[in-house]
Amino acid sequence: MSLGAAEAAITVAEDHGGGVWREAFKRLSRNPAAIIGAVLIALFLFVAIFADWLAPYTALAPDLKQIKGPGHIPGPTAEHWLGLDDQGRDLLSRIILGARQSLLVGVVSLLFGMIGGIILGLLAGGLGGWFDTGVMRLVDMMLAVPGLLFAIGIAAMLGEGLLAVMIAIGVVNVPVFARLLRGQMLAQREADYAMAAKSLGVKRRRVILGHVFPNSLTPVIVQGTLTLATAIIEAAGLAFLGLSGADPSIPEWGRMLAESQRHLAIAPQLVIAPGLAIVLAALGFTLLGESLREALDPKYRR
Amino acid sequence: MNNLLDVNDLEIVFSRRGRKDVRAVDKVSFSVAPGETVGLVGESGCGKSVTSLAIMGLLPKRGVRLGGSIAFEGTELIGLPQDKLRRMRGRDLAMVFQDPMTSLNPVVPIGTQVTEVLVRHRDMGADAARKEAADLLARVGIPDPSRRLKEYPHQLSGGMRQRALIAMALAAKPRLLIADEPTTALDVTIQAQILELLKELVRESGTALIMITHDLGVVAGMCDTVHVMYSGRIVERAQRHELFAHPRHPYTGGLLASIPRLDQPRGERLEPIQGSPRDMLAWSQGCAFAPRCRNRVDECVGEAPVLAPARPDHEVRCYNPLGGSDDR
Amino acid sequence: MTDDVLMSVRGLKVHFPIRKGVLVDRVVGHVRAVDGVDLDIRRGQTYGLVGESGCGKSTLGRAMLRLVEPTDGTITFDGTDVRALKTEPMRLLRKRLQMVFQDPLASLDPRQSVESVLTEPLRTHGFPGKPADRVRELLDVVGLPANAAGRYPHEFSGGQRQRIGIARAIALNPDLIIADEPVSALDVSIQAQIVNLLEDLQEQLGLTYVVVAHDLAVVRHVSDTIGVMYLGSIVEESPSDDLYAEPLHPYTIALMSAIPIPDPVVEERRERILLTGDLPSPANIPPGCRFHTRCPFRQTTRCADEVPSLREIRPGRKVACHWSEEIVSGRIQAAASSHDPTATEVGAPV
Repeated sequence: MSLGAAEAAITVAEDHGGGVWREAFKRLSRNPAAIIGAVLIALFLFVAIFADWLAPYTALAPDLKQIKGPGHIPGPTAEHWLGLDDQGRDLLSRIILGARQSLLVGVVSLLFGMIGGIILGLLAGGLGGWFDTGVMRLVDMMLAVPGLLFAIGIAAMLGEGLLAVMIAIGVVNVPVFARLLRGQMLAQREADYAMAAKSLGVKRRRVILGHVFPNSLTPVIVQGTLTLATAIIEAAGLAFLGLSGADPSIPEWGRMLAESQRHLAIAPQLVIAPGLAIVLAALGFTLLGESLREALDPKYRR
Repeated sequence: MNNLLDVNDLEIVFSRRGRKDVRAVDKVSFSVAPGETVGLVGESGCGKSVTSLAIMGLLPKRGVRLGGSIAFEGTELIGLPQDKLRRMRGRDLAMVFQDPMTSLNPVVPIGTQVTEVLVRHRDMGADAARKEAADLLARVGIPDPSRRLKEYPHQLSGGMRQRALIAMALAAKPRLLIADEPTTALDVTIQAQILELLKELVRESGTALIMITHDLGVVAGMCDTVHVMYSGRIVERAQRHELFAHPRHPYTGGLLASIPRLDQPRGERLEPIQGSPRDMLAWSQGCAFAPRCRNRVDECVGEAPVLAPARPDHEVRCYNPLGGSDDR
Repeated sequence: MTDDVLMSVRGLKVHFPIRKGVLVDRVVGHVRAVDGVDLDIRRGQTYGLVGESGCGKSTLGRAMLRLVEPTDGTITFDGTDVRALKTEPMRLLRKRLQMVFQDPLASLDPRQSVESVLTEPLRTHGFPGKPADRVRELLDVVGLPANAAGRYPHEFSGGQRQRIGIARAIALNPDLIIADEPVSALDVSIQAQIVNLLEDLQEQLGLTYVVVAHDLAVVRHVSDTIGVMYLGSIVEESPSDDLYAEPLHPYTIALMSAIPIPDPVVEERRERILLTGDLPSPANIPPGCRFHTRCPFRQTTRCADEVPSLREIRPGRKVACHWSEEIVSGRIQAAASSHDPTATEVGAPV
């Protein structure tokens, strides 16, 4: 017998003010994982937004004085906390500026994926019938292809450019959101309140858009938080494989990893710094997303 | 008196960081004699189920504070090490829950679940246990027991599952069986079968039974002694005939007046208890039932009443009980 | 009371196909949830539908409002053939047909404030006057404070939520309300409040009710007429006063005897007629009388092979049993109800 069941046996006259989200927020604020996640995300957002002010070296021009010959990569010094890269550029500044790029790619591709997925899921879950069957078969096929491979294919097809990368990552995430929303809507359509609205004579379209759809969105939002993490990793992956699309002078964590891997033996910080940045940013969103899922899931309510 | 179970001043407090402590059970005392059927009656949140979990030692350690004493044949159960408790559970004390589906392991055949108890608590060999398990299923009225032993819980109907669960609970011949709303999830005709079965088992084996229910009808037909609980405390207790003939606590009286009875002429309006169980006072501020009580007097708010004899073998926790000082 | 029929149901069936198959769905059978029901609901009265879980009473209630589409049969409401209506006329008719649900929390959209819940029917069908005034009036009628309007369903207790559900159902002054287990999810001490509220509203607004419930004591208290359902079909229909005094169908007799009564004196005197076995699956309804597999009065002739019709054996009292007269007069006795549920084990409902 779990504590949940034991407590279910006693219902207490507690103050039940506020909505589902406010209650979830209360639970989040007590969860250490959520707090760590939120701190990581806040740090990431802060760095990305204020990158121009935070970067100690505004210019991305190499500091050639420091390079004492070909192949020499200066390590951390008092002036350059993380040292320089193989072209004499300040590593810390590049990581800071790279945050903005990662956030941009992550958020925009997530939006593409979410909007596409919500439209498909809403239509499939709302209309049903052959349209639903068709969409779901398509979704199954898309999910059968490994994500990164799929993204590479699309990015290659669309050609060069940042937008191509963002669309590619977005498209990969469309089926995830579509399937989630559609499943949720099918379940919510059977809920008593949907039946109640129908029994009042509320029009079908209004039942679906006004009641079923808003009540199906919660898991989609949670998934969005989690997907932001994978989108950042996927963007880095594509950049690592040379499909970054962006102006080569703009630092990008994935490409920094790719470019510096040949120096791994002599200057490991060049690999470790962007790698760690990717891990921490993704970890932040994953921690928050998982905690959010837990906080909103009635099964976990304690 | 040689009681089987003595519960004394039992207190159960749920405490969680960042939240107010919740006193689910507040100084509850009662005892169960061998072979006796005792009813704990009340609505959701009155503490009856938590009390039974405490007796079984099934409350989680974290976030729960227990006070008082639960003695089973003189052995104090509160604070007893888990392994000793586990040995007693099943052998001396057993429990039947409301939902038979969640209390049975869905991926293990019924037979294995019953024989497991026999092997563990009665040191039986596998063959003997299988034979005994079939006998047990037959005894609780499960047809074709040797075939049923091989089946999984989902292949049985709700009534059959509850029978299987009772068979498991009885496997080790416990001296105390706790049934927590054993028929609430079942239809009335099945409920009648299960209640009849429990009555018969108690009669035949001399097992004591604690019946936890919200249904006064079930209590009326089964229990020797009845304890009515409200908001974590016992508010009235008496033998069953005494209680139903002379309910003294306004809550008990209110419940009886608010349920339509099948055997009485269909007629006038029901007399509901006003408010909801949520509208309660903390016992530290007076009587928890005061906000909903028709018989409320000034004393009700302030100091809580104590459980005191109102008639012979009849105790009530109320300043202004029904029926005044004499009988109705 | 008038004898004016508001809704009349004839031969109503709701069969759900059982599908199997991976790529191509194949229909392998039907769950006969409602299997040929005739009913007359009289204006201003309450018709109680009782039966155990799986008997089809809830499905019947929903099918009468076409919230579940019937497979066959006719529904006539105030002269209108309900099943013949197209989408839009049906939607407009819903103004006059309302429903109260079992689980008051599940039947309210968690994102809607009480005000929004109550104005939705008004917005949908239009209502004279200011919606805010109507909301205040509705809250008052069901006994909720006016400040409830701005709050959300989860902030209320179970009984209060059911009051909100009832306020929504009466918002448009309907003629007929189907209440599906309106009190069974509530605490015992609250149930009487809701029962009384439903009775008061009936009197004030001239409502007609169909109350679907498993609790025969509650149903008998509120109903004028009771229909007892077993496996998708009505086996007995009686004025509610007569039903307890003299149940006619063996299933009703057993059902009545199984209900515990909160009085030890009565309980000790009562004789229980225990049914054997479990409810058969509605996908596999026994031939002949659908109750014969569990019937303590089962005879060797007719029961297993002849379907009994619902016949009126006394004024106002209908029963679907070949042997009712003999059972009531005592010429046929119940088989000794030992603890032998083995006789007719049919397995769990699907």
